[in-house]
Amino acid sequence: MSYIQGVYPIIKRKAIAKGMFDYTVHCPEIANMAKAGQFVTITAANHTLRRPISICEIDKEKGNLRIVFEVRGSGTEEISKLAEGQLMDIMGPLGNNGFELLDKGKKAIVIGGGIGTPPMLEIANHYGKNCKAVLGFRSADACILEKDFAQTGAEVLLTTDDGTKVRKGFVTDVLNEELSKEIPDIIYACGPKPMLKALVKIAEEKGIRLQVSLEERMGCGIGACLVCACKVRIKGSETYKHVCKDGPVFEAEEVVFDD
Amino acid sequence: MTNMKVNVAGVEFKNPVLTASGCFGFGREYEQMYPLEKLGGICLKGMTLNEKLGNPPCRIAETPKGILNSVGLQNPGVEAFLKKDMDYLSKKNTVLVANAAGSCIEDYCALVERLSDSKVDMIELNISCPNVKKGGVAFGTKAEAAAEMVKAVRKVCKKPLMVKLSPNVTDITEIAKAVEAEGADAVSLINTLLGMRIDIKSRRPVLHNNVGGLSGPCVFPIALRMVWQVSNAVKIPVVGLGGIEKWEDAIEMMMAGARAIQVGTAMFYNPYAPLQIIEGMENWCKENKIDDINDIVGTVKPW
Repeated sequence: MSYIQGVYPIIKRKAIAKGMFDYTVHCPEIANMAKAGQFVTITAANHTLRRPISICEIDKEKGNLRIVFEVRGSGTEEISKLAEGQLMDIMGPLGNNGFELLDKGKKAIVIGGGIGTPPMLEIANHYGKNCKAVLGFRSADACILEKDFAQTGAEVLLTTDDGTKVRKGFVTDVLNEELSKEIPDIIYACGPKPMLKALVKIAEEKGIRLQVSLEERMGCGIGACLVCACKVRIKGSETYKHVCKDGPVFEAEEVVFDD
Repeated sequence: MTNMKVNVAGVEFKNPVLTASGCFGFGREYEQMYPLEKLGGICLKGMTLNEKLGNPPCRIAETPKGILNSVGLQNPGVEAFLKKDMDYLSKKNTVLVANAAGSCIEDYCALVERLSDSKVDMIELNISCPNVKKGGVAFGTKAEAAAEMVKAVRKVCKKPLMVKLSPNVTDITEIAKAVEAEGADAVSLINTLLGMRIDIKSRRPVLHNNVGGLSGPCVFPIALRMVWQVSNAVKIPVVGLGGIEKWEDAIEMMMAGARAIQVGTAMFYNPYAPLQIIEGMENWCKENKIDDINDIVGTVKPW
């Protein structure tokens, strides 16, 4: 794992939904090393801790990283105030384990719940038409990246909790329908814990490989401080791994989701 | 050229800037960003005789200019450390300080005995961890208990012994004097201050451990005050830590009486902080025509 920290120019900033921001930053050194599923940490003015944010798209040719995040508190709010042309303090790419991308000919389903959607885009870019993107949002005004996923060639299956766009329901409903038609080689997911927990059950029942991207409050972001612990089961016994260094992507079968 | 070398309890450091225990793992993660040999020394992640899994998450909360943590001494245990990390670290050309913790005197002694036969240069006795249910800070908040611990450990410790003190006490100089009397070669201070945050939506503490240790720039004035008080109370060297983020803080800490300093939380937001502090201190010495960094130790002129 190799990573650096530096300040890089913001070349594009767009508010894409309520409280959701889409940034493109020119950081060739970081973009060059980045892989799907990794993350960066970003300095938030007047806050002690850097904010971990997943990488949405990697453009190695242009040396750009795209990050999409939701304002969740005062830290991400500070980051969202950064304007085009300003500098962003970024450390990355972080995470030893990104998503494992199989041969492009394999069939994949990506599942994004809310702000868990952005890291799925780089996977869709890889599989293109062999990918189905199941995206779930609270409501119509929280929907993001629908067109971006469509542009990759992936089939986009959108659902909203309240039915204000396309259909009412959860990603699990959509997934079950899709699985009754065709079983993919792999499923990738990122989103709220209850969603991941439900997906793990489905994948287990059907015997499909599932990779999940986890989040946890972080300190250093590189595995030195050990705060971002997540419970895993290794050879039958439970222990803690760390989201920043051992993840953020884990094989679903090893993760222990506590209630 | 200013002399930046400092000596603490017979151990020579190429410069007075160490990384603080618990913030730097066993060095591997930050080595991706810069060579470890630039550092005066590394205080290794606190270790115990046997593996400890640590506390359930959430283990961190943000505070104004600081953080609360409740890692709970997660570590692989001394044998795993010696097997996997010792040889790697011993080639890094920097001073290695093992941070030793435990839940009872017997465990501390067995651990220190084991570390005494290893290639670590110094032992930092952690009697100040606030995040474990048994042991830890319990030995560091009463002068008698601290003295009893140091007395026992001293008998088996073949390395210079530095005792890391807790600020969660009425009078830190009493503890410092007690451990000095039992043969501690140095003291380092401060460990974290016990604190708490509550999530007002769930009405639950942010930390799963309910309480945790406060660190970062918000604690610096407290650390500085305690380093000054302890430096005036004991003859053994004092290593200062707690919220140091800039070279100016390090100079202040040394003027208050610290022979060396440790950088911790600052690395989480600025991984290069220790190197920038070393550089800043050197430049300041040059500008002020100070030939030897040791000349500033304890030079504060109190009113």
